[in-house]
Amino acid sequence: MSELDEALALKVDAHLAGSVRRRPSLAHELAYETDAGALLAVCRTLRDAPELRFEMLMDLAGVDYLDYGRDEWQTASATRSGFSRGRVARSEPPDPNGAGRFAVVYNLLSISHNQRLRLTVRCPDSAEPVVDSVVDLWASANWFEREAFDLFGILFRGHPDLRRILTDYGFIGHPFRKDFPLIGNVEVQYDPDKQRVVYRPVSITPRVLVPKVIRHDHRYEPALKDPQVPR
Amino acid sequence: MAATPLAEIRNYTMNFGPQHPAAHGVLRLVLEMDGEVIQKADPHIGLLHRGTEKLAESKPFNQSIGYMDRLDYVSMMCNEHAYVLAIERLLGIQPPERAQYIRVMFDEITRILNHLMWLGAHGLDIGAMTVFLLCFKQREELMDVYEAVSGTRMHATYYRPGGVYRDLPAAMPRYQASRWRSQKEAARLNEARAGTMLDFIQAFTEGLPSAIDDYETLLTDNRIWKQRTVNIGVVSPERALQLGFSGPMLRGSGVAWDLRKKQPYEVYERMDFDVPVGVNGDCYDRYLVRVEEMRQANRIVRQCVEWLRAHPGAVMIDDRKVRPPAREQMKDDMESLIHHFKFFTEGYEVPEGETYAAVEAPKGEFGIYLVSDGANKPYRLKCRAPGFAHLAALEEMCRGHMLADVVAVIGSQDIVFGEIDR
Repeated sequence: MSELDEALALKVDAHLAGSVRRRPSLAHELAYETDAGALLAVCRTLRDAPELRFEMLMDLAGVDYLDYGRDEWQTASATRSGFSRGRVARSEPPDPNGAGRFAVVYNLLSISHNQRLRLTVRCPDSAEPVVDSVVDLWASANWFEREAFDLFGILFRGHPDLRRILTDYGFIGHPFRKDFPLIGNVEVQYDPDKQRVVYRPVSITPRVLVPKVIRHDHRYEPALKDPQVPR
Repeated sequence: MAATPLAEIRNYTMNFGPQHPAAHGVLRLVLEMDGEVIQKADPHIGLLHRGTEKLAESKPFNQSIGYMDRLDYVSMMCNEHAYVLAIERLLGIQPPERAQYIRVMFDEITRILNHLMWLGAHGLDIGAMTVFLLCFKQREELMDVYEAVSGTRMHATYYRPGGVYRDLPAAMPRYQASRWRSQKEAARLNEARAGTMLDFIQAFTEGLPSAIDDYETLLTDNRIWKQRTVNIGVVSPERALQLGFSGPMLRGSGVAWDLRKKQPYEVYERMDFDVPVGVNGDCYDRYLVRVEEMRQANRIVRQCVEWLRAHPGAVMIDDRKVRPPAREQMKDDMESLIHHFKFFTEGYEVPEGETYAAVEAPKGEFGIYLVSDGANKPYRLKCRAPGFAHLAALEEMCRGHMLADVVAVIGSQDIVFGEIDR
C-alpha cells in the first residue's frame, strides 16, 4: 500500500467511519464495502466531500457470487486411484437464494485528487436483489445500471428508465447469472413457412472444455519435503 | 375556461439504423423528431452482444486475450493491454523493460490506427470522401506492422501476461510481383521493407506528420467541415465528468486528463509527449484533439523505436507459471512437455482477489475489472468500454440539433459497437 493510498484511506475513515468496511485489495488499490441501506449517503459523501471528490463513476459492475470458490475438478486429494480424470459434478448445487449472492461494484475516480476507489455493496435479498440507484449522483450510472439489471437481474430503486439494454427484445432470464447456461436457452432460426426468424430451444449440448480448477500450491510445504511423511 | 384547441401532432418517430452507414456498425436509434429537430434519441444497443465477459468466465485466462481484440476492433492491442495488465496485477508480476517499451509502442501505433480509421470514417459521414482514402493508405502500413509482429492484421493476441508473445521480427515481409502487382510496383513497395521492422516503423513515423498535414489541409479550415462540426454536440466539462466521459471526449471539453500522464502504466512516465485539450467541447474541438493526439502518438513511437534499437533483451518474464517452455525444449524434455500441456490446457491459477486495470485506449479509459477466486478462469470479468458511457450521452448531446447533426455527433464520439455491446 503506497503512502498516497493510506492518506486517502485516512480521509475516507474520517468521513465514513462506521458506514464502510475496508475490503482486502491489492497494493495501490483501495476497496470498501458498505451496506445497501447506507449506499446513497456513502456515495454522496464520496462525491461531495472536498477531500474525496470522486466526481466520476467510471464503472459499475454486477457480480454474482453463486459459484465463488467452487472448483469442478478434485485436485487437492489423491485417492488410491489417483486424481480424478475429468470434471466432477458438484456434490450439492449452491443455493441460489443464499445470502449475499449479488453484489454491485462501483469503480470511482477522482479527477481533482487523481485517485481511485472501489465500493462494493451486497444486495441483501438474493431472490429479489434491489439496491438504490445512484443515477442522481452520477449520470453515467444510467446505462451501467441498466446493464446490471439486464445481465444479472439486479433492480435499482429510483432508476428513471430500467429497461433491458444488451439482450434481445423479449429476452427471458438474466444471462450473466452463474446458473444461466453458457449456451443459453433458445436459439434463432429462419422459418420458411412463417417467413421470419423464430426462437426454438437450443439444439447443442453444453460442454466444458477446461474444468475450473482451484489449486492450492502445496509443493513447498515442509511436510511434503519430509520423506518420513507417508504420501 | 376556454376550450383548448386540439393539439396539432407534429412529432414523429424515426428509426435510424441498425443498417445505416453512419451508424458505425449496428446502432439502432429511435429518434423523436419535431420537423427536422431531434426531441428525443433512444439508442437501442446490443445487436452485437456476444457475451464476451461470460465467455471469458468459461475459459482459462490466456484463452480470452483474443476476445479482447474483438471488443474494440479498431484499437485491438489497447484492449489486450488492459486485460493483460489486470492479470499481471493479480499475479504480482511485471514484464521486462523491453516488453514494456514494445507495449507502449504498439499502444501508440494502435492509437494512430484508431484515429486514422476514425478520421476517415468521420470525414466520410460528413461528406469528405478523399480523407477516407488517404487515411487508409497510412493505415495499411501499420496493419503490415501488426501482421509482421503477430501474424494477423487485426486480431493480434500479441500481449501476454508477463510480456509480449515474441520479440520484434528482424525483417518485414516483402511484396511479390503478381498479376495485379508489377515487378516495378512491388520493388517500390519493398523499398521501405528492406530493413528491420524498426526501420520500417521509423520510416513511417517520418512520413506521418506530413500526411496529417494533408488531412488538415483538407479539413481544418474547410468551411463545410466547420459548418458541420463547430458548436455541434457541445458538452461542458462538468457534464463530461458527470457522464463518465474519458479520452478525447473529456479532453475535447477542456479537462486535461490523460491516464498516460496522470496514472502512468508501463514506461509512459519516461515518454515525452503533450496532451492536447479542447476549449469549447464541440465536435470540432474533439476533431482537433484527436488529430493532435496522432502527432503526439507519433512522437512516442519514435522514442520507443530509438530505445528498442539500443536495448535488446527478453520480452517475456522468466516465470514458468505464465511462460510456456520453448519449442525445442519441449521436444526433448519430458518435464517441459508436461508443462507445455498443462499450460495450454489447464492454464495457470491466479490468486484470489480483485482489481481494476485501466489504460488510456484511443477512445478513452478502457478498464478491466477482474475478480478471481483462485481458479484458472476469471470469476468475473467486466470490460469498462469508453464508448458505452459516450453513447449513453448521445441523447443529451443531440437534443435540439438537426437530424444531420446526429451523424456528426456519433462520428465525433468515435463509436465502435464491438466494445459497447461486448
